[in-house]
Amino acid sequence: MDFTLIKERAEKNWKALENLRQPLIQIGMGTCGKAAGADEVYAAAKQTLKQMNLLGRILQVGCIGTCYLEPIMAVRKPGGPFIYYGNLTPKRTEEILLSYLRDGDPKPEWAVCFTGEGPMDSIPRFEELPMIKPQVRIALRNCGLIDPENIEHYIARGGYSGLMRALQMNPGEVIQEIKDSGLRGRGGAGFPTGMKWEFASKAPGQTKYIICNADEGDPGAFMDRSLLEGDPHSVLEGMLIGAYAIGCNEGYIYIRAEYPLAIKRLETALQQMREYGLLGRNILGSRFGFEIHIKEGAGAFVCGEETALMASIAGGRGMPQSRPPFPASKGLWGNPTNINNVETLGNVSAILAQGGKWFAGFGTEKSKGTKTFALAGKVERTGLIEVPMGIRLKEIIHEIGGGVAKGKKVKAVQTGGPSGGCIPADLFDLPVDYESLTAAGSIMGSGGMVVMDEETCMVDIPRYFLSFTAEESCGKCIPCRLGTRQMLDILNEICEGKGAIEDLEILKEVSETVQKGSLCGLGQTAPNPVQTTLRYFRTEYEAHILGKRCEAGVCKPLFHYEIDPETCNGCGVCSKKCSVGAVTGEKKKSHFIEPDRCTKCGACYEVCKFHAIRIC
Amino acid sequence: MEQAIYQELPAERMEEIEGLFAEIRKEFKGRADELIPMLQRVQRRLGFLPEQALLEIARLTGLSAARVFGTATFYAQFRFQPVGKNIIRVCRGTACHVKGSNRILETIEEHLQVSPGQITPDGLFTIETVACFGSCALAPIMVVNDSVYGSLNRSRALKLLDEIRAREEGSSEKTPFRSLN
Repeated sequence: MDFTLIKERAEKNWKALENLRQPLIQIGMGTCGKAAGADEVYAAAKQTLKQMNLLGRILQVGCIGTCYLEPIMAVRKPGGPFIYYGNLTPKRTEEILLSYLRDGDPKPEWAVCFTGEGPMDSIPRFEELPMIKPQVRIALRNCGLIDPENIEHYIARGGYSGLMRALQMNPGEVIQEIKDSGLRGRGGAGFPTGMKWEFASKAPGQTKYIICNADEGDPGAFMDRSLLEGDPHSVLEGMLIGAYAIGCNEGYIYIRAEYPLAIKRLETALQQMREYGLLGRNILGSRFGFEIHIKEGAGAFVCGEETALMASIAGGRGMPQSRPPFPASKGLWGNPTNINNVETLGNVSAILAQGGKWFAGFGTEKSKGTKTFALAGKVERTGLIEVPMGIRLKEIIHEIGGGVAKGKKVKAVQTGGPSGGCIPADLFDLPVDYESLTAAGSIMGSGGMVVMDEETCMVDIPRYFLSFTAEESCGKCIPCRLGTRQMLDILNEICEGKGAIEDLEILKEVSETVQKGSLCGLGQTAPNPVQTTLRYFRTEYEAHILGKRCEAGVCKPLFHYEIDPETCNGCGVCSKKCSVGAVTGEKKKSHFIEPDRCTKCGACYEVCKFHAIRIC
Repeated sequence: MEQAIYQELPAERMEEIEGLFAEIRKEFKGRADELIPMLQRVQRRLGFLPEQALLEIARLTGLSAARVFGTATFYAQFRFQPVGKNIIRVCRGTACHVKGSNRILETIEEHLQVSPGQITPDGLFTIETVACFGSCALAPIMVVNDSVYGSLNRSRALKLLDEIRAREEGSSEKTPFRSLN
């Protein structure tokens, strides 16, 4: 099929949607939206339209990024702007639709923002929201704005024009375009993508493969899931461009089985690509042919490592191999293979559409473009964000994220998951780029960003990560297999109050050995959480070992709860919540926690509205 | 690593496995790279990987039983014991951890009197932990069968369990096995 005709038709249909003479409702139906109750909101919206006898359309869209507002609905009257409402319940959904569509009152007090024609009284513009303003959306350009199950939406917004352009260039020119963009791998390591493609393209061999690494295994990261759920074609288009540049006809998407919705959206997208002549032989009338297979992972963090991932695709245990040979010369089934992360490929399609120089206009000297982050943890506004490289951590945490929730004090931010580190609050001036984060002892990583406050224990955090990496270590090389276990044992002892001050030196030594001696990235980076916390939060380690105190109130043997008799008004809520009967006291009189019975579950602490319960 | 202690399966289960393999023989060619998809296919239907199924997959692919077993036990997804009618998976990702998911897990363990990986005596629940579900913005998260529940606290988690129990007690189906998606 001729792409010009496809594009014309898609644009016509998109225009028709824009000029729809009926109300249009968009509901965010990504995994996060659904977790917050988007299905119920969808049902309520459908029911309300029926009840009002209104013909209207409801579109399921992906994640717009303001996850803390889920479930989210946008409502548009013909010719009007989209008004966004958040934290919806079925009842509130009905009230909004009745009020706006029937009575003409958009209920500005419930609205979050609007997009499109404005201005609107007392409703801010989406782009002006403090969370959105500092962001630049390249990889996430369509997320939350289009129906991810409709290829025409993607095409109407410029999709596949990058591929069209690439097919008119020779493969070397495509690689040069990516080199010009300065794009570096978004999976974490930051290797220049153009150079990686060049290696694979120059490697001798008839059969070559391209793999999209969607094995987003870092706990605390969900950028790839959101992108695949919200705009799968942007990634698939990037994969096609890469395949054309490298000269391969077969590709795999290796995706976690924990992401069923993303898998479903990919399957739908592949089906549509076939129908539109974007997959199979002679793509868009060219001589280029390509096939994509989906491989579901089976739950092994190490499979994010390239050689382990390929071993897993081939049907074996996902164990890494020493490099060289690099995948670019000897990868899947011994053939030259190129592996790119989901976000990298999402950027590729934008770069080919808009040009490498345009992309290089964002970011810093060495880190070009933008980076998506999954902003989570103890921050007011959690969500999926995309920021220009070089933005400062404090802008992300305070401006975009709105600071720490519940008025607590921010302590650190964790980037890079189990391979990254904890950056303390006094370094929040740090720019977000590959080099600066590495210099601080952390890594850019794939984009997990977990904010921690005063109630997060900085000895428990490395213990938490080490319990993960020790479990996920494939066991092939000794430094990683035994070293992670050894570090975990020491951290467990410290958290139980059995640590000795000499342990810190041993911990440091073991961490250096694991870093230097491990075979793959899992082991080489596993000590980062230990090393950064030792570097920035040594006093907390010392308080655990010497003072036998965990001030954050996390390590149970090292703290207890007490009720402040001055503040307690005897409301009795805490004693009702206590499952072991440790809180006693008469109504309206100060209560008391019996230390011997208390299991330190924290239930009383959580429910006390008067902050009368203290961590001691 | 979970110990695989196998038990004799009831006759109707064996029939189910045979039926499943009739389908598998049609769908797969028996290549080595189909091993993990085959294991996933079996678990999706039966909820776990019985020994008989692993041996049959070894025969189909021509791989050694040790290789099949070694691969299956390498991956966290695979189970070797039957599961309860409802699978409760508590997310232990970083965001969930800093928001107290271990406390939610403890509460559930205490409430159901089982540890992760175990099945309740009435066969209604299995609890499991998962490294990360990728819904971190709504931490802490719990997944009940295929539905994700976000922004949990202890009482909401227990309420969910009680609702399931009430629903199950109203239904007549008592088999501890279920199909999984």
